[in-house]
Amino acid sequence: MKILVCISKAPDTTSKILFTDENTKFNETGVQFIVNPYDEWYALVRGLELKEQMGGTVTVIAVGGAENDPIIRKALAIGADDAIRIDAEALDAFAVAQEISNYVSDKSYDLILCGKETISYNGAQVPGLIAEFMDIAFASQAIKLEINGTIATIECDVQGGTEVLEANLPIVLSVAKGMAEQRIPNMRGIMAARTKKLEVMPGSGATNNCEVVGYSLPAAKSGCKYIDPDNAEELISLLRNEAKAI
Amino acid sequence: MSAIKGGEFLIKETEAKDIFIPEEWDEEQLMIAQTCNDFLEQEVFPNLERIDSMEEGLMPSLLEKAGALGMLSVSIPEEYGGFEKDFVTGMLVTEITGAGHSFAVAFSAHSGIGTLPILYYGNKAQKDKYIPKLATAEWKASYCLTEPGSGSDANSGKTKATLTEDGKHYLITGQKMWITNGGFADIYTVFAKIGNDENLSAFIVERGYEGISFGAEEKKMGIKGSSTVQVFFNDCKVPIENLLSEQGKGFKIALNILNIGRIKLAGACLGGCKKGIDLSVNYANERSQFGRPISKYGAIRHKIAEQAIQVFVLESSLYRCTRDIGNAIKALEAGGMDHVNALLKGVEQFATEAAILKVLGSEVTDYVMDEGVQIYGGMGYSAEAPMDRAYRDARINRIFEGTNEINRMLIVDMLLKKAMKGELDLMGPAMKVAEELVSIPDFSEPGDALFDKEKKYVQNFKKSVLMVAGSAAQKLMMTLSKEQEILTNIADMAIWTYAAESVLLRVEKLAILKGEENVKEQVAMVQTYIYDVADKINKAGKDALNSFAEGDELRMQLMGIKRFTKVQAFNPKTARQTIAVKVIDENKYCY
Ligand SMILES: Cc1cc2nc3c(=O)[nH]c(=O)nc-3n(C[C@H](O)[C@H](O)[C@H](O)COP(=O)(O)OP(=O)(O)OC[C@H]3O[C@@H](n4cnc5c(N)ncnc54)[C@H](O)[C@@H]3O)c2cc1C
Repeated sequence: MKILVCISKAPDTTSKILFTDENTKFNETGVQFIVNPYDEWYALVRGLELKEQMGGTVTVIAVGGAENDPIIRKALAIGADDAIRIDAEALDAFAVAQEISNYVSDKSYDLILCGKETISYNGAQVPGLIAEFMDIAFASQAIKLEINGTIATIECDVQGGTEVLEANLPIVLSVAKGMAEQRIPNMRGIMAARTKKLEVMPGSGATNNCEVVGYSLPAAKSGCKYIDPDNAEELISLLRNEAKAI
Repeated sequence: MSAIKGGEFLIKETEAKDIFIPEEWDEEQLMIAQTCNDFLEQEVFPNLERIDSMEEGLMPSLLEKAGALGMLSVSIPEEYGGFEKDFVTGMLVTEITGAGHSFAVAFSAHSGIGTLPILYYGNKAQKDKYIPKLATAEWKASYCLTEPGSGSDANSGKTKATLTEDGKHYLITGQKMWITNGGFADIYTVFAKIGNDENLSAFIVERGYEGISFGAEEKKMGIKGSSTVQVFFNDCKVPIENLLSEQGKGFKIALNILNIGRIKLAGACLGGCKKGIDLSVNYANERSQFGRPISKYGAIRHKIAEQAIQVFVLESSLYRCTRDIGNAIKALEAGGMDHVNALLKGVEQFATEAAILKVLGSEVTDYVMDEGVQIYGGMGYSAEAPMDRAYRDARINRIFEGTNEINRMLIVDMLLKKAMKGELDLMGPAMKVAEELVSIPDFSEPGDALFDKEKKYVQNFKKSVLMVAGSAAQKLMMTLSKEQEILTNIADMAIWTYAAESVLLRVEKLAILKGEENVKEQVAMVQTYIYDVADKINKAGKDALNSFAEGDELRMQLMGIKRFTKVQAFNPKTARQTIAVKVIDENKYCY
């Protein structure tokens, strides 16, 4: 099995979110980045489990500058065999997916695993786009994956239940919680990460087709309003007119 | 590279560039820290109740899981299955796991006092047999020194070892008390006296040997999930090859292991403190009274600022000393000494600083947790909220690894012993200070560059210590070692001086690294701390002098203390506000 896991950096959940360039860019200064948890806990770990069962290799790939190297080495510490960083700006999902599929097209991976979304932008587009550009099968929100020969059996989250799919390899999956469990890198892995191969490839010149016009933060939380238990009318009116919840 | 030796901080200047500051952790070290943190988040924090109820088998299994991650063997040589990381990296692991309440105690007892006697004093066969299994926690370890009648006076134990007639075994008889991990350990390092020896010897005792039995778990104020039992030896049959090192070397082993244990205890305290601040500020931001979050109130901000200052100071002192020890070890190795001896010697050289850190670490922790309880108000007193456990668990740190009283005595005692042996020239500089007292005071004003003033203040603090210690030593001579009140005053002065210099050097280095304008809160911490301890050093110095000096000499030295602890007017309120606001904004300890 040749397995590729796409990883992306995401701000640590306790980071302060600020913008620059007239609110069109996320201000990364002072932000602590982690491996996007869906990529790390579920995609990467399931990839490693399959490799442990069936043999093969797990390669991680990320698109972006050298500031991604610490999170790439984290993935290597967790157990990936080697890594590729495509040295191109991650302009938007379209560009990232193009860069990845351009690189991967002649490498014959059996399985390409991605987290279902990043916890920062929640775009959820990259995996589907990769599959489209490569013209191979895709399943989204996968929570279980078994491989039998060249056939993948996949369980996916659907509204109110699950769906079971079968597809021929190669396949791209976006994976969700349930697929695997977080693995803490051990000392041996951390020390090995330094010597594993991290290959930096030039980008293929992919372009974006979306531009950010602006970001804004949600309105600050306002204080609690206390309403007399006997005054249901006021509660309903506030819920309807102020909170617009009903 | 600086080659500052233990104790020399009182008589030598250190340059900022020569100290290690935590802002310099590299990527691999940060990843190791993250692993320890993830481990606590996954395995320890969700299970604190179960751990504290001493659920059967839980603590041993946690140690095994930590062992599988390699957390127990960071500092163990590769040939015994470890990762051979340097002293500061080992300290980082201690720090992070230190937030783990009872687990932290089991962890450090196993990997510290449990494993190290064998690692450092075992022969090859002993190390081959035990260390790989201790490195993974397949076998758990504990350390049996204390007895019902022998606590602080550790060399006075009554446990006896008698050689059997066939010369193949020792029969150990006696009673040990307060043995951490004792309830489940497989391996016990036991201190006992052979025959009529005056000095202790150390033995490796396995749980399965005949004649060993255990008391019930002690009911404790805190760290309730940490196993603490009495261990009884009744003609316990120990093969002679399990004697550690040589007959009569036990006390030396015990002391050297304690030297490491003391500085490590400060590391564990630091980890606990950072968590304590996080909890405190989270609550202060959540809890509203009189219509605003309590973190808006000056009284609460004062507490948060003070927690942050003290923890930052502790951290600065801890890692400064840890790296100094690391450097000493490297220098000794470069001179041809083997790793183990270099390590023991390096740590021994800094035994004064280790004792300073033990006291500082445990007392900062108690301050942080106590104010944490206060910030939580009634919820601080509730067993449903986390400060209750944090407060109770913190308290042990002032008692074990040598009580803080004993450590304070040791600080001065070790400094003076070094001076007597000619290893540390305290008397020369102390005489100079005495001369300075009778000459015209230095009215030159320090410059206006960052910390010009503070550097001068710290130099003066050193002069205060030298003056009081020198004059006490001269006046009281051999009886000084019995004058515990005075020794305590001098120890406190030395602790504050070391801490003040450490935080100053850290921020000086940090300002070069990040630019002065980006570290204004840290600068405020240095200034506030120095402003605060100037008065404390003044008071301790006065107390000491008034206790032994008289007449003109007393008058002159009191003037000296006043001169050496004089600092410029400074607005501590504004400084603490600046420090607190950042912690409150970030909703966590952020320095
Ligand atoms: C939870 C827990 C875990 C422990 N784990 C271990 C362990 O794993 N292995 C082990 O061997 N021991 C362990 N200990 C023992 C611990 O190290 C001792 O309790 C400690 O050294 C103090 O000894 P003591 O209790 O006999 O107090 P004492 O020595 O009786 O001291 C009582 C008081 O008198 C003071 N005092 C004593 N002598 C002097 C003096 N000369 N001058 C001034 N003041 C003095 C002390 O500072 C203290 O305030 C543990 C203790 C506890 C509570």
